[in-house]
Amino acid sequence: MSSKRKSGGTGKPRIAVFKFASCDGCQLSLLDAEDELLAVVGAVDIAYFPEASRKMLKGPYDIALVEGSITTHTDAQRIQQVRRECKTLITIGACATAGGIQALRNWKDVDEFIRVVYATPQFISTLKLSTPIAEHVPVDFELRGCPINKLQLVELITATLAGRKPNIPTYSVCIECKRKGNLCIAVTRDSACLGPVTQAGCGALCPSFDRGCYGCFGPMESANTAALVNHLQYIGQTSDQNVRAFRAFNAWSWQFRKASEECERK
Amino acid sequence: MTGRTIRVDTLARVEGEGSLYIKMAGDRVADVKLKIYEPPRFFEAFLRGRHFSEAPDITARICGICPIAYQMSAVHAMERALGIRIEPAVRQLRRLFYCGEWIESHALHIYMLHAPDFLGYEDVIAMAADHRDLVEKALRLKKIGNRIMCVLGGREIHPISVAVGGFYKVPTKFQLQELSDDLEWALQTSLDTVQWTAGLDFPKFEQDYEFVALRHPEEYPLNEGRLVSNRGLDIDAAEYEDHFLEQHVKHSNALHSVVRGRGSYLVGPLARFNLNFDRLPAVAQEAAEKARLKPPVKNPFRSIVVRAVELVFACAEALRVIREYEPPAAPKVEVPNRAGVGQAITEAPRGILYHRYALDDHGLILTAKIVPPTSQNQRRIEDDLREYAAQLVAWPQDEATWKCEQAIRNYDPCISCATHFLKLTIER
Repeated sequence: MSSKRKSGGTGKPRIAVFKFASCDGCQLSLLDAEDELLAVVGAVDIAYFPEASRKMLKGPYDIALVEGSITTHTDAQRIQQVRRECKTLITIGACATAGGIQALRNWKDVDEFIRVVYATPQFISTLKLSTPIAEHVPVDFELRGCPINKLQLVELITATLAGRKPNIPTYSVCIECKRKGNLCIAVTRDSACLGPVTQAGCGALCPSFDRGCYGCFGPMESANTAALVNHLQYIGQTSDQNVRAFRAFNAWSWQFRKASEECERK
Repeated sequence: MTGRTIRVDTLARVEGEGSLYIKMAGDRVADVKLKIYEPPRFFEAFLRGRHFSEAPDITARICGICPIAYQMSAVHAMERALGIRIEPAVRQLRRLFYCGEWIESHALHIYMLHAPDFLGYEDVIAMAADHRDLVEKALRLKKIGNRIMCVLGGREIHPISVAVGGFYKVPTKFQLQELSDDLEWALQTSLDTVQWTAGLDFPKFEQDYEFVALRHPEEYPLNEGRLVSNRGLDIDAAEYEDHFLEQHVKHSNALHSVVRGRGSYLVGPLARFNLNFDRLPAVAQEAAEKARLKPPVKNPFRSIVVRAVELVFACAEALRVIREYEPPAAPKVEVPNRAGVGQAITEAPRGILYHRYALDDHGLILTAKIVPPTSQNQRRIEDDLREYAAQLVAWPQDEATWKCEQAIRNYDPCISCATHFLKLTIER
């Protein structure tokens, strides 16, 4: 079973996809871009993407897409190597950008966590904190979302290759909701909705499905979490509920972290 | 030839991170280790203290490839813990939702992850240069599966509509009917896929497996049924932990699951097909028979054909649900907080997924246990490799390594799931 075709040395920009602690969903988004995938792989050389290919070419790479958070000593060293091997480092998704859902350990005793899940704790090696990539190396662009929006990913790759600024808005989910003509469920139905403090990008999915936004794209620029907490209290949410609301997929982003810790003190 | 090793440091075309190590002593396999170095994420630990309503959204994040499986096992376990009965129309919508994930996941695995092994390409991108029509077909199939998930759940990865008690919002009849034309094409393409995969070359390799899958009185299993095997197992989900044991081995961050007193077992398409052939719709049974595929299929390499048969099932089932759909009176039933314990098993594309939750009076999670399909198959994959690698003694290193990787991909392993799993090393 020899390989019929090997690529490499094509002169096209070289892209690598690296995974750290994550669910694989954000890199799957690239394969889920069914209408764009063949055009993208025609324009670039996929040099390293283990989820899709057994061909694994060495760096340097033009673009590294990094999924997942740093949770082990080995990964803390590996991200340094990734940074050295690429020109542009783009983090994809809430794990790489904000530590992910696994950052919930950051408020707990990780040794106790290991004992809960594993019968032989001494086999497990992990760090006390789950941290975003930018806490370890300089990051050129952080693409938000749990999962990312695949069309934003295609736009980001296109813009990076063209050397222009990507068209990725930093306003809140509220703007997307208004554009869709949704009735505001936070105001009219007293839904606990994180839309006012959450960055757009999903297309206001949750409010469009009659539920409050749960913040999977992370905090928007200048998120006024204090005002939202007041409103959440006003509609009868308990402090515990508010802590849980901020402590989900982007819990370790500094804005949501601050908000959850303030709620915890109340 | 003595003392040869086969190592694959980063297994490709699997979901998540793992490696393989095989040590040969002459023509004998001395050791096989499927190592999972994907870092642990501790879901079962941080689910404690969360409200039951959060479980479908949080557990979906265990796996970006089969989030719906996690959502389905989570809601069914919670509904059992809380004593909730869902509306029949909601039950049908959940079947349709799961069909969407099966179509996407099986199309991805058949054409983009597994087929390159059979055709001798390192990836689907290289395969597309010579077989663009096949790849375009695969992408369209995948997209149709994803569209079902988007219509019902807003997006294909981590959909947002699944709730304990039902859905946050249900589609209109018209929204579902719009999917029918695409699904008719997908059904025809799935039938072609069965024929195409049946014509591939399969290594001569059969094993005496214990197949474990759900079995339902009338339906091919997705969300409901008793857990059965070809060795006499016939249990309710609540009895799962009495019959299966998770073992923690040093070389893996995923737990190995075994049947108490018997050892490794196989879950996924082969198990479902072999135990539930009589529950497949006629169109899928006929496609299997035309491809000379009869249960029991014991060659794991032929799982690619079985997956194609399941694609036929999923398309036909999706069309049936859409034809018969009448929206439920309410998208979900009210679910008050109460204490309880609930277990559920559903059929993820890769095999059974077990969840168990204990809740307190406020509906907060006291304990959670999750056993994903890949940790159940992990011991069985090692057993397959131990037998299969022995056939490869005379093979050149590169080709032996590739064949071992293919043997792992027979299982469509999802390592992200299993760690809460893969690196290949063959030492000779």
